[in-house]
Amino acid sequence: MAQLLPHKDVVIMGLGWTGAVLAQELTDAGLHVVAIERGPWRDTATNFNIGYMPDELRYAIRRELFLAPAQEAMTMRNNLAQTALPMRDYGSFLPGHGVGGAGVHWNGFNWRFFPSDFQIKTHLTKRYGAGRIRELQLEDWGVTYDEIEHCFDKFEYLCGTSGKAGNLKGRVVEGGNPFEGPRTRDYPNPPLKMPYSAMLFSEAAKGLGLHPFPSPAANMSRPYVNPLGVAMGECTYCGFCERFGCANYSKAMPQTTILPVLMRKPNFEARTECEVLKINLRPDGKTARSVTYVDAAGHEFEQPGDIILLCGYGMMNVRMMLLSGIGVPYDPVQGTGTVGRNYCYQTQGTGARLFFENKHFNPFIGTGALGATIDDFNGDAFDHSALDFVGGAGISCGSSNGRPIGNRPTPPGTPRWGAVWKKATAETYQNATGVGAQGTSYPVRGNYLDLDPTYKDRFGRPLLRVTFDFPDNDLRMSRYLSQQIEKIGKAMNPKQMAMNQSAKGWNSVPYQTTHNTGGAGMGANPKTSAVNRYLQSWDVSNLFVIGASAFQQNAGKNPTGTVGALAYWAAEAIRDQYLKKPGALVPA
Amino acid sequence: MKVLVLALLVSFVAAPVRAQDLVAKGRYQAVLGDCAGCHTAPGGKPMAGGTVLQTPFGRIAVPNITPDRETGLGRWSEADFRRAMRQGIGPGGKRLYPAMPYPAYARMPDADIAALWAYLKTVVPVRYAVEPNLLPFPYNIRTLMMGWNWLHPSPAAFVPTPGKSAEWNRGAYLVTGPGHCGACHTAKTFLGADRAMAFTGASLQGWFAPEITGAKPHGIGNWSADDIVTYLRSGWNGHAAATGPMVEVVENSTSRMTEADLGAIAVYLKDQPAGNDARPAARLPGGDPVMQVGLKLYQDNCVSCHGWDGKGEALIFPPLAGNAILLQSSAESLTRVVLEGAQSAGTKTAPTAPAMPSFAWKFDDAEVAALLTYVRNSWGNEAEPVSAASVAKIRVNLRGGR
Repeated sequence: MAQLLPHKDVVIMGLGWTGAVLAQELTDAGLHVVAIERGPWRDTATNFNIGYMPDELRYAIRRELFLAPAQEAMTMRNNLAQTALPMRDYGSFLPGHGVGGAGVHWNGFNWRFFPSDFQIKTHLTKRYGAGRIRELQLEDWGVTYDEIEHCFDKFEYLCGTSGKAGNLKGRVVEGGNPFEGPRTRDYPNPPLKMPYSAMLFSEAAKGLGLHPFPSPAANMSRPYVNPLGVAMGECTYCGFCERFGCANYSKAMPQTTILPVLMRKPNFEARTECEVLKINLRPDGKTARSVTYVDAAGHEFEQPGDIILLCGYGMMNVRMMLLSGIGVPYDPVQGTGTVGRNYCYQTQGTGARLFFENKHFNPFIGTGALGATIDDFNGDAFDHSALDFVGGAGISCGSSNGRPIGNRPTPPGTPRWGAVWKKATAETYQNATGVGAQGTSYPVRGNYLDLDPTYKDRFGRPLLRVTFDFPDNDLRMSRYLSQQIEKIGKAMNPKQMAMNQSAKGWNSVPYQTTHNTGGAGMGANPKTSAVNRYLQSWDVSNLFVIGASAFQQNAGKNPTGTVGALAYWAAEAIRDQYLKKPGALVPA
Repeated sequence: MKVLVLALLVSFVAAPVRAQDLVAKGRYQAVLGDCAGCHTAPGGKPMAGGTVLQTPFGRIAVPNITPDRETGLGRWSEADFRRAMRQGIGPGGKRLYPAMPYPAYARMPDADIAALWAYLKTVVPVRYAVEPNLLPFPYNIRTLMMGWNWLHPSPAAFVPTPGKSAEWNRGAYLVTGPGHCGACHTAKTFLGADRAMAFTGASLQGWFAPEITGAKPHGIGNWSADDIVTYLRSGWNGHAAATGPMVEVVENSTSRMTEADLGAIAVYLKDQPAGNDARPAARLPGGDPVMQVGLKLYQDNCVSCHGWDGKGEALIFPPLAGNAILLQSSAESLTRVVLEGAQSAGTKTAPTAPAMPSFAWKFDDAEVAALLTYVRNSWGNEAEPVSAASVAKIRVNLRGGR
């Protein structure tokens, strides 16, 4: 029997980026907020201690900061005809765990999606006709880039993002990304210092008439104090970003941006190592009463609240809705329901590995998001009229790390071990770089999330089942992008080049990317979206579902910037509209 | 009759307002006196006590001063409270130990003590019994304090110094009165009374409260009045960051003081003579082998935050060059910070509260000593070398004597 706890105004599941943003904004509005986080408390000096954080074996290989399957596993299959099996370990993607969530272990790429991404269906239909996108299940997001531009801005300034504007209020700025949506002001910090690899790449791209720019990075190019008054240190380019917490207060994480202010507020409380089991609805089924959670000692509690916010990793948000009977589960056969619909990933694996002679790339000089990108072939920045796909990819080259275990490039044909391998790895370390594409992932009818019919977690709840394979459209995109990369690679003049592209048969074992999106998409139509344009559940009006779960498709960019913007957008709607008049903000 | 009714009405209307003002004034007195610093345990209910203070004489638990009738001050009168604040004598003649800084609080005027009492009566009563006296024999015999009181001059009211400005005198009152800065920063005799030389730094609770006289560079002689105000308001200035027990003082007390009071404190402190100006010239040459070991440790572990030049970064990484805490005769605080890490204050104007990680698990005593010797003698710093034996002693103390 769960112990009933005193009421709170707001109950948040998950204290990562979105939970921290919402808690900060809503405590500012005077509400009493509790965040229930299933992982441990983590802070910089204790958990990301400079003395042991650069431990590749512990954090990158053994993945100490990530969700373990013992806590929550998932099952996977490539299509409806298969029977899903549990992933025995996380591999293809690595969900975060603990306070800070994935905001701890990210690289810091802080992008804005293109304006066209938010109206993808309307935009592509208008430009190429409905026939071109018939095989895809594209939807508009119910919100425009212009409406949330100030939210992107807010998140970028919170994070002290280093970069260069390419479009200031419609004026294209030399050296920035000319394809980005108009921004009201430049990034808060100038770009990071570019590594040699990115310089070579940029020169080659420019020579081909393309438009390289410094990738926007939430790694500090200089000391920074954010609008909340929280100070961050200048990045040392140590190369321990992805899979690590930052020991130097140089990467934006909830710990280095919001938590110092939030944790001191008397109207905020965080309960760690407490796992939400389900959301309890009132008898009318239209509002949520409370959440039930279990603490580390196994005691069950019921926490009532006026507003419930799902701020877990996107996939966990979807599972919590399904476990709590909120909304109609998506049925890929009938094409009905919305919860679990439009699950997308990221079309990775397209790229070139380049091998040179007598270079000194110094790959140990790196930051998570250090490098240059071109968006000439991303999203709908280029004309697809004569092409057999829609979408695209950002193409980047940079230096994120030169860590001794994971970063051992060798040219194709090198043995996997032995004296020849040793010699090759020593010779190649300073002479290799890569050009990679991060591709759009567009929804199709058969890619979705639901509850597994067979496998259960330690509480007896069904696991999340992921049904996914790379859509044919996205693979055609990958092939085209690979041709573009080949041109750039050749222009960089390597001694040897090895090309890769994405292939059918998504495999959950090798790491690809932790950019899982969709499943609780946002939109204007309750038949094709689980939440409205404010990320409010169409079915349960005091529930907001915040995160990449709301994406209707994934762009050719890292999702965190758009997740952060949507978090501010939802917070604003709750503060300025919902609190004044609780209930559905958009009539269904 | 009409007049009387009117008068009653006026007093009826006016009295609650005055009471509110009195409570607000009292709340500010509690800020000035940093009552919460001792009487609110970390994570505990306001003023409910329970914190255990380590004194040279043994452990003293801090009493509950909420208005609870059984376990707090609920049965005290204002006169009882005034007597405790002034003379260190509780109801029934019970002698208080001077861990309660009543010799400083004695300087507070009646009106301020009355306001503080009015405020304390509004604190939520908490039933929480604290046995304050954890001292070993013979210090646990409270009547011994009668002898102490007889030996030491009676606490006296604050007397303004003629010829000094009102601001200076306000600062003097705050520093020597309710602010009780000397409780930590002035060295004590073997009987626990203040030594004659005020504010030259003292060891307590495993920290060394640094010198805050005008001495250079180990005092605050290099700080401007603005630097002092900034430090007290935010916990940070370009010279140093609050660490150890000062974090609590900044968070609960000085960051909540008015700008006028902070300014007055700065004026008074800036006018304090240098206490300990005679310093041994102890600078070690860079080529010294210990310095070489320290340099390597510094480069491998410290540079990424504190910088090659020891200058740190504003609001997050304290400078080491010229930082007075590094230059104290005692390296106690410095050693502790390296061994167990430390967190700075988080305040409204500087909320970051950056923390230094612990290195006890990584460095042995000789390495800590070499590193500290290095930072105490680099970038223009000069101070005595630190010995491995002194590090060992502190390490054992931090482990609870084991």
